[in-house]
Amino acid sequence: MSLHTQTIIELRDQLRRGEVSAREVTQAVLDRIQAVDDRLKAYLWLNPDDALAQADASDRGRKDQPLAGIPIAIKDVLNVIGQPCTCGSKILHGHTAVYDATVIRQLRAAGAVLLGRTNMDEFAMGSSTENSSWGVTRNPWDLERIPGGSSGGSAAAVAGHEAIAALGSDTGGSIRQPAALTSCVGLKPTYGLVSRFGLVAFASSLDQVGPFTKTVADAALLLGVIAGHDPLDSTSVPAPVPDYQEKLNAGVRGLRIGLPKEYFIPGMDREVEAAVRAAIRQLTHLGAEVVEISLPHTDYAVAVYYLIATAEASANLARFDGVRYGARVRGADVLETYAKTRGAGFGPEVKRRIILGTYALSAGYHDAYYLRAQKVRTLIRRDFEQAFQKCDVIVAPTTPTPAFKIGERVDDPLQMYLCDIFTISVNLAGNCGLSLPCGFTAQPKLPIGLQLIGPAFAEPTLLRVAQAYEQATPWHTERPAL
Amino acid sequence: MNYEAVIGLEVHVQLRTNSKLFCGCATESGAEPNTRVCPICLGYPGVLPVMNAEAVRKTILSGLLIGCTINRYSKWDRKNYFYPDMPKNYQVSQYDLPLCLGGAVQIAGKKLGVTRIHLEEDVAKSFHFATTSGVDFNRAGTPLMEIVSEPDMRSSEDAFAYLTALKEILITGGVSDCDMEKGQLRCDCNVSVRPVGQAQFGEKVEIKNMNSISGVRRALDYEIPRQIAALGRGEKIFQETRRWDDDAGKTFVMRTKEYAHDYRYFPEPDLMPVTVSDAQLAEIRQQLPELPEAKRQRLVSQYGLSEYDAGVLVATAALAQFFERAAAGSPNAKAVANWVMAVAEIHLSPVQPQHLRELVAAIDAGQISGKQGKDVFAVMLATGQGPARIIQEKGLAQVSDPGALEGFCSQAIAGNAKSVAAFKAGNLGALNALVGQVMKLSKGKANPQLVSEMLAKQLRNT
Amino acid sequence: MPEDPNQINIDHVAHLARLELTDAEKNKFAAQLKDMLAYVAKLGEVDVTGVEPTAHAVPLTNVLRPDEARPSIDPALVLKNAPESARGLFIMPKIVE
Repeated sequence: MSLHTQTIIELRDQLRRGEVSAREVTQAVLDRIQAVDDRLKAYLWLNPDDALAQADASDRGRKDQPLAGIPIAIKDVLNVIGQPCTCGSKILHGHTAVYDATVIRQLRAAGAVLLGRTNMDEFAMGSSTENSSWGVTRNPWDLERIPGGSSGGSAAAVAGHEAIAALGSDTGGSIRQPAALTSCVGLKPTYGLVSRFGLVAFASSLDQVGPFTKTVADAALLLGVIAGHDPLDSTSVPAPVPDYQEKLNAGVRGLRIGLPKEYFIPGMDREVEAAVRAAIRQLTHLGAEVVEISLPHTDYAVAVYYLIATAEASANLARFDGVRYGARVRGADVLETYAKTRGAGFGPEVKRRIILGTYALSAGYHDAYYLRAQKVRTLIRRDFEQAFQKCDVIVAPTTPTPAFKIGERVDDPLQMYLCDIFTISVNLAGNCGLSLPCGFTAQPKLPIGLQLIGPAFAEPTLLRVAQAYEQATPWHTERPAL
Repeated sequence: MNYEAVIGLEVHVQLRTNSKLFCGCATESGAEPNTRVCPICLGYPGVLPVMNAEAVRKTILSGLLIGCTINRYSKWDRKNYFYPDMPKNYQVSQYDLPLCLGGAVQIAGKKLGVTRIHLEEDVAKSFHFATTSGVDFNRAGTPLMEIVSEPDMRSSEDAFAYLTALKEILITGGVSDCDMEKGQLRCDCNVSVRPVGQAQFGEKVEIKNMNSISGVRRALDYEIPRQIAALGRGEKIFQETRRWDDDAGKTFVMRTKEYAHDYRYFPEPDLMPVTVSDAQLAEIRQQLPELPEAKRQRLVSQYGLSEYDAGVLVATAALAQFFERAAAGSPNAKAVANWVMAVAEIHLSPVQPQHLRELVAAIDAGQISGKQGKDVFAVMLATGQGPARIIQEKGLAQVSDPGALEGFCSQAIAGNAKSVAAFKAGNLGALNALVGQVMKLSKGKANPQLVSEMLAKQLRNT
Repeated sequence: MPEDPNQINIDHVAHLARLELTDAEKNKFAAQLKDMLAYVAKLGEVDVTGVEPTAHAVPLTNVLRPDEARPSIDPALVLKNAPESARGLFIMPKIVE
């Protein structure tokens, strides 16, 4: 049976036909977690009794909800009432959420079983999950390697079949990059499509919540549940949500795929490049037309991101001061209490980014750093707008290399930042992006991800292209030998 | 050396709204600590703000009330600094594109300029104990309007007048109750001195902790001479923040929260800009109440009242409204005004506005005499009854029927030969004695005016 | 771009951000900050004449809510999360003006 290896759609069909119970599904996933998580370390918090109680309630209740009885893991950055919410940080150790994030309310309304909380880089700052205060999560394909970040726990859980699907967050690639490194589907929605209310903010103008799934069809389903206008989020767009499953199988005939010349750079891993180029050929076989495009300001994206994201983060993280919640280190006076609490509670990457962001906003430097970065951001947005006049979807690698070894890049922050080079521009422009498996390296066998980028609210097109490619290839059927 | 003071005021006004600026927590004061809070106004992880439409409207209304230009495009910014009364350690405010720019407050004899009005969130309240402080976040997130004046004031009287006028305007506009004791209106002063005739401003000192408008005046009455005296001794004035101590009657240097603040302003990514259309502006303009000064001038021009009388009537909005209801349609608004001012706070008495109009009409038509009018008014005040009923019940209606009066006049003339002779001899005052006789004969009901005329005519004809 | 990214006052920045750093951290962060600033200096090459900064990722305006009061949260819940509370207040070391 191996219920835990199945997809949302496969399980949903069986649940609706009464062939299997929600309890059995959740139990199967819990058993799997029990079997492998001491090696994977994807989960930070799990309450099996609570999960089973939810499953039982699902069995007693409606079967027609889109996610009825499906166990879904939640990145530790989303508020779930009554559950701890630490964002991978010591500074929130002992903090219990007092409200549900909007996406969580949507999952509950869809009948999902909220499974447990997954590991992440502290406050979503990182590309490897090595910045978690609670230890690193392992890549299911090679336990010596990182699963990516910041949503490494969610990616590892889905790839390792410790969850049927998961939610993560993406600010500069934190869903897409781990999805690529662990061979799942990861989608960053258009900015404003999914509510951020209840998502602990890293960079307010860049963050989005998105799904990790085993297949493209599952991603379409899960996106449909969490998308939609939220009156509690002023940046959430008041537009109707399309049916993401409707045109999923329409194929790629007649679509134009854009190839950004700036994304095929020297220094890119040869196997990654080969896999991506093979994927592009596959898409042309399926009927798509390839067009060369240019995104001229690509080279500046990492610099722009690391000024804007850190500036916004420096303000967003100011609230962690030990006054109202979280861990406190007492000092002799208010100033000392703040400084010691934050000095002890934040890890080095978070401190580094707060320092850079504070500096970029500070008197005398604001115009040269923060303001200039926001202007170059406009140019990056325009690059995409112009490119999308020539193509429907842009195709690119998700990451320049496959998963690297744990510890390999921790001492070189700049090298770490360059991991995000293909994903970052999408957040800066506010567009949608998806990563799906497109192959493996030979030795060791490590996943390679293909990234599809669409204009704002073009998720239906993105999913359609992804579906066509996925269904024509075997990658989504591969499993790690865990 | 003669010095003059240069004063600017920063006034913070809590807007009268049902809910806070970014969340649905109620804004009413006096609740137990931390009972009017939610994850949003507590700055919990993951929360987001959503702007209160009424707070924006009231800010624009305030701008229109004092003649500001309303920015058609306005945005929000984060003002970053750490303090225990700050839930997020940044305050959402407005930096370069506030809702209102310019404007002025009219006081006697001059206009005092306003630089800008912007909308921001209020901070929490702290309570201080022996070794700790406690924070109550009920106030955090309350909509707060900051009104920055131009440095146009030159005396503590100017400041007093500015604050009094501003408070009156905002109360009339329904924007705030402006109760300084409840912290609904707070004021900081910036004051410097310079030699008279010097264009350059002196170093300005910020004064905080004045709890009333007269407290502001007292603080300035201390601070201005203090600065002048210091300069006179050859000392320099440094830019600093001082705390007014009302009991001691002095300002003291404060230990500031931190040295020069670097607020690191940047546009608030979680809130969208506000655009104000012509239609919206027109709609808000329609909701503008008439300000006291404008009303005073209108009462003078529309009703022919004296400046003094108009001033008395507009002192209370309800009184002015009472007067206008009473005077509506009356040909003798001045008389109506006199009755309105006959007792204090007539609008709180049982007297109905239209009854005053009727009273004036009855007197002017000769139905009753002026003296009788006073008696009728007294009954109106005590009972709330209308004059018509009172006149009828007390049988006060003056006899004006010519036939009856002619009869009484003939009788009086016949029975008072001495007075008649005196009148004919040129003693005009003798007529009054005859009028008195007619009043006696008519049991006081004759209309003395008509009687006087009638007697004179009869006497001329005999 | 500013003259000399070498002269970073790490103490000042750490104070603005209320971060207590060890000497080792100060040295490390100062050096890393310098590298990152050198990297982002390339933004100086871009011609941004007449380019508006992107403040928001979505072009929305007038996102406003009606002025309606809603129930507040149970104070017991929030005080439970407080590191220190007493008399219904969040307690801090004494705030000195």
